[in-house]
Amino acid sequence: MSNLVTALNGASDANGIATITEVPLQGMITLRGDLSKAAIKTAATTAAGVDMPGQSQANMNGASGITWMSTDELLILCPYGDVAANLATMTKALAKTHALAVDVSDARASFTVSGPNARDVMAKLVPVDLAKGSFEPGMFRRTRMAQVAAAFWMTDADTFQIVCFRSVADYVFEVLKIAAQPGSEVDFL
Amino acid sequence: MSTRLATGGRLLNKARAVAFNFNKTAMKGFEGDTLALALLANDQMLIGRSFKYHRPRGLVASGAEEPNGLVNMGQGGKFEPNQRVTTTELFDGLTAESQNHWPSLEFDVGAVNAKLSRFMPAGFYYKMFIHPRPLWKHVYEPIIRAAAGLGKAPKDLDADTYEHFYAFCDVLVIGAGVAGLQAAKSAASSGAKVLLLEQNAHLGGRAPVDGGQINDQSADEFITTITAELAAMENVTIRTRTMGSGVYDHGYVLGYERLTDHAPDLAGPRHRLWRIRAGHIVTATGAIERPLSFAGNDIPGVMLAGAVRDYAVNYGVSIGDRTVVVTNNDDAYRTAITLKHAGLDVPVILDARVLATDSALVAQAKALGIRVLMGHAISSVQGGKRVTGVSVCSQAGEGSVLEEITCDVVAMSGGWSPVVHLWSHCGGKLTWDDAQAHFRPDPSRAPTGDKGQAFVTCAGSANGEMGLAEIMADADAAGKAAATAMGFKPKTQQAPSAVTVAEAAMMPVWLMPQGAGYKLRSKTWLDYQNDVKVSDVQLAAQEGFESVEHAKRYTTLGMATDQGKLSNINGLAILSDALNQPIPQTGTTTFRPPYTPISMGSVGGEARGHVFQPVRRTPMYDWHDENGADWEPVGQWRRPYAYVRDGETVHDAVMRETKNTREALGILDASTLGKLIVKGADAGKFLDMLYTNMMSTLKVGKCRYGLMCNENGFLSDDGVVARIDDDTFLCHTTTGGAETIHGHMEEWLQTEWWDWDVYVANVTEQYAQVAVVGPNARTALERLGGMDVSAESLGFMEWADGTLGGFDVRVYRISFSGELSYEIAVPASQGQAFWDALMAVGADLGAMPYGTECLHILRAEKGFIMIGDETDGTVIPQDLGLGWAISKKKEDYLGKRAQEREHMASSERWKLVGLETVDGSTLPDGAYAVGEGTNANGQRNMIGRVTSSYHSPNLNKGIAMGLVLHGPDRMGEVITFPGTDGKNYEAKIVSPIFYDPEGEKPNV
Repeated sequence: MSNLVTALNGASDANGIATITEVPLQGMITLRGDLSKAAIKTAATTAAGVDMPGQSQANMNGASGITWMSTDELLILCPYGDVAANLATMTKALAKTHALAVDVSDARASFTVSGPNARDVMAKLVPVDLAKGSFEPGMFRRTRMAQVAAAFWMTDADTFQIVCFRSVADYVFEVLKIAAQPGSEVDFL
Repeated sequence: MSTRLATGGRLLNKARAVAFNFNKTAMKGFEGDTLALALLANDQMLIGRSFKYHRPRGLVASGAEEPNGLVNMGQGGKFEPNQRVTTTELFDGLTAESQNHWPSLEFDVGAVNAKLSRFMPAGFYYKMFIHPRPLWKHVYEPIIRAAAGLGKAPKDLDADTYEHFYAFCDVLVIGAGVAGLQAAKSAASSGAKVLLLEQNAHLGGRAPVDGGQINDQSADEFITTITAELAAMENVTIRTRTMGSGVYDHGYVLGYERLTDHAPDLAGPRHRLWRIRAGHIVTATGAIERPLSFAGNDIPGVMLAGAVRDYAVNYGVSIGDRTVVVTNNDDAYRTAITLKHAGLDVPVILDARVLATDSALVAQAKALGIRVLMGHAISSVQGGKRVTGVSVCSQAGEGSVLEEITCDVVAMSGGWSPVVHLWSHCGGKLTWDDAQAHFRPDPSRAPTGDKGQAFVTCAGSANGEMGLAEIMADADAAGKAAATAMGFKPKTQQAPSAVTVAEAAMMPVWLMPQGAGYKLRSKTWLDYQNDVKVSDVQLAAQEGFESVEHAKRYTTLGMATDQGKLSNINGLAILSDALNQPIPQTGTTTFRPPYTPISMGSVGGEARGHVFQPVRRTPMYDWHDENGADWEPVGQWRRPYAYVRDGETVHDAVMRETKNTREALGILDASTLGKLIVKGADAGKFLDMLYTNMMSTLKVGKCRYGLMCNENGFLSDDGVVARIDDDTFLCHTTTGGAETIHGHMEEWLQTEWWDWDVYVANVTEQYAQVAVVGPNARTALERLGGMDVSAESLGFMEWADGTLGGFDVRVYRISFSGELSYEIAVPASQGQAFWDALMAVGADLGAMPYGTECLHILRAEKGFIMIGDETDGTVIPQDLGLGWAISKKKEDYLGKRAQEREHMASSERWKLVGLETVDGSTLPDGAYAVGEGTNANGQRNMIGRVTSSYHSPNLNKGIAMGLVLHGPDRMGEVITFPGTDGKNYEAKIVSPIFYDPEGEKPNV
């Protein structure tokens, strides 16, 4: 629908030591359930088209994927337009299983932080070991970014993708810009 | 006078001059200078005035321990007080001003305090200004505050930026002297990830100044070699200008990196606060020299012997032509020898000891022709703003002058104390070393981590090792131990070889001469920055302040910005002596972070200005902002309080919105209300426990207002619950309650009812929710079209999914205003578009957005309670006449048992009523009603209070709600509310439902 707008309407900033971009709406489904149950795994992997991730991992394939949120929670990623169909399929498949699948696509804002200094920028805001080797594509963290909740993973060696709540999109964009201010390379990670 | 020597200055780039400005005088220094050096090179010995007596003060030390050299730095947005000149690197255009003087540094009126010092001993302020009581606040304190204090507070907003940085390493080494460098290398040889922090701009510490050979190289050569080796290791990072500021639980360390202080024109943040998680920490923080306590030891020109040596070797600066060295140990002889080699005069070394045979250093000094007086001391120092000479006496006597010696510098050494601060921050204990007369780390009582393991190791002189060979061996062992503790295998390389010059034992000297009388003791300084003298500490002991912590606070010893780096041991030695007990029994005061002050900016990091706190915005935030929103913070959200039009006051806008919503059509952004999905076979049972009323019986498609209490029975949240399907409910919470109620639900599910089949998800932000309120509400929705919103199809307290104007919506027919009302949820990404569509179709229906104050008035007109107004954490639903929402059928719910307690069930609890002033005016919010008689304190008895109060434009009078003793039984009575304005407000007790008591309006 043409009425769809992201929280910051695709804002981007490349004036600093990394490029920060609000990415278009991303389909997101919160799935809560017993992750060891076959029905839950099947529902998740069918919707996302990737394997189940391990603890603190993200299995991504383009706009689709599964991220591990907690011992009983996954975040299923898919194209925004596919959410309704995926939810319907999952709800049907999980009819006899205790589970909760709910659309949270609009509750979120997403950003990428990219460039050779992307690790520096992130490490100023999240209390996570982001050194090369300690954090690599395939890993996932649900944590805090400055003063708000956030989750992130790496889409390639130089790019992080961040998910935060939609209401704090402006805050997250602004603190990322400050963390990326010119001349603030750290050269540690 | 102090001046630049022709030779020396290993840290300087003499090819590059740097211009700066002190007290509006242009001066020049060299690249590599600190401000201290540049001042000395320009013969600026007098740098400030002391805190209490305004005594003239010059530099004492050469590093972070310097107590006197504090200046106001910079101007405007770059202004910062209390900057330590010994750690401030010189840069072109630096401006600094001395502090705590009036009208000028050279002539200071406050110095009269010094003449009165006899009448201003420790505790003077406490004793003098306590009576009469009111004078303190209005007379004494303002005058004392104006006269005292160090730097000025900045007036402008800080122009710089700051940031945090999260770093992780296996081994963190703090201090990059030769010990730190070696510890880092030994640890890194194992492959462990090593981070090495050095507070100064250069590596190597004091070793090059003190001399000695390491691995058959000079100290300078050794530093060059090992630095290159470390730089070549991929697992090692060295950060200069980064101070290890504090050690906290579980290996958490703050590092304070000063990025642009030495070059303010560089881009990027000024300071970076490193928030480090280290597996194991090695502190190689060195040692600090102690002053000696003799009369006049604060006169500019009296300095630490090590500092005099630093200045000569590192920066090629001589403090003066004639230096008297006074000492209780061998190390100070190095200063005499260095000065002699530099061609300066050392008329005498006054050594408090009497050595049977000359040690190597004593012999060397004598061989250079320096006169050495054993068993001698300084009776007093002559001079005012500058040392002019010393009076010599016997250390063993009472200060009878044997000889006067002319000099312009006194280089003193009372021995060295390891820098144990970082070891101590997180609980590391100390042990007293009798031979060196200092506290050193006790490795058997280290700070411990999660498994009880030691997580800090000290290395080198920070560990109490004072000989070069011992330092290098200790540092090597510390590095290896740290790596081993982290599960790495260090290489079995040998510790570097070094030779320790044999020194004669030092002799503890806490007062010079030992029998100094009161007159001398009252001119003998312990704490330069806070003006604490030997006589003050003795007085504290005499007056019963025997605990070292009490004596500290009574005298202010060690409480200044230098945190007693120089005064600590000397002060507690005097205290111990006064109490007639050994020093270890007195103990030390607590070492607390930061090691030296760090900027407030670095603590805040990025959190300032518009990102000081996150502000939560609804999808329609920008529209509100463009349409006159007067913002109100609600938790972290911003909500429009009212939409103010041109020419209106905020109050006008609220009145307009309130009338319009009742008469035509009001539109409210209700997106901030919490929305929690509760799903599972046990969801109904779960909600029956959480809400006071019955939720499990709610039919699919219906809504029910519910109350939530905590386990103490107090009302904590309210909202409308909608049943989505057999297993699924959607619970609305208050704006501020979404996260806490979500957490409340998870807590009960995870700790008590873990075997119930219930999952909760917070979908608050998934939806933009818009309340469409007023007589024209249905018409507006019908114009959008797409679903049947008629009374027949969508009754009051029902919900339905459908489309409106092409938007996928869920429509709840609920009302918090008492009008015909719908709340419409659309996906957040379409919120603005839906809002626009609604405004367009409502234009000729009188559609107006309304804010939170209008919402409040509308609900108050209806007697609806508001969490946070009618409740304050002590109010139960029964107080508010909400008994109808408490199920009698349920066996249990959270709060039920508490509400049955005697006090909760008492008929004496204040209950909700409406209040109407007799003259139609508005009651002051929060006012208390007074009853008959007085309480035990002689105060008038209270019988109630106002919880909400507004002017209602629809009823054209003031309306209020309040909690009143026996309120519902006293309808029609008039009670009195004294206002803070001195007026008495008379109000009649009425029903809280002022508007449409039959409740017909929403049900059409």
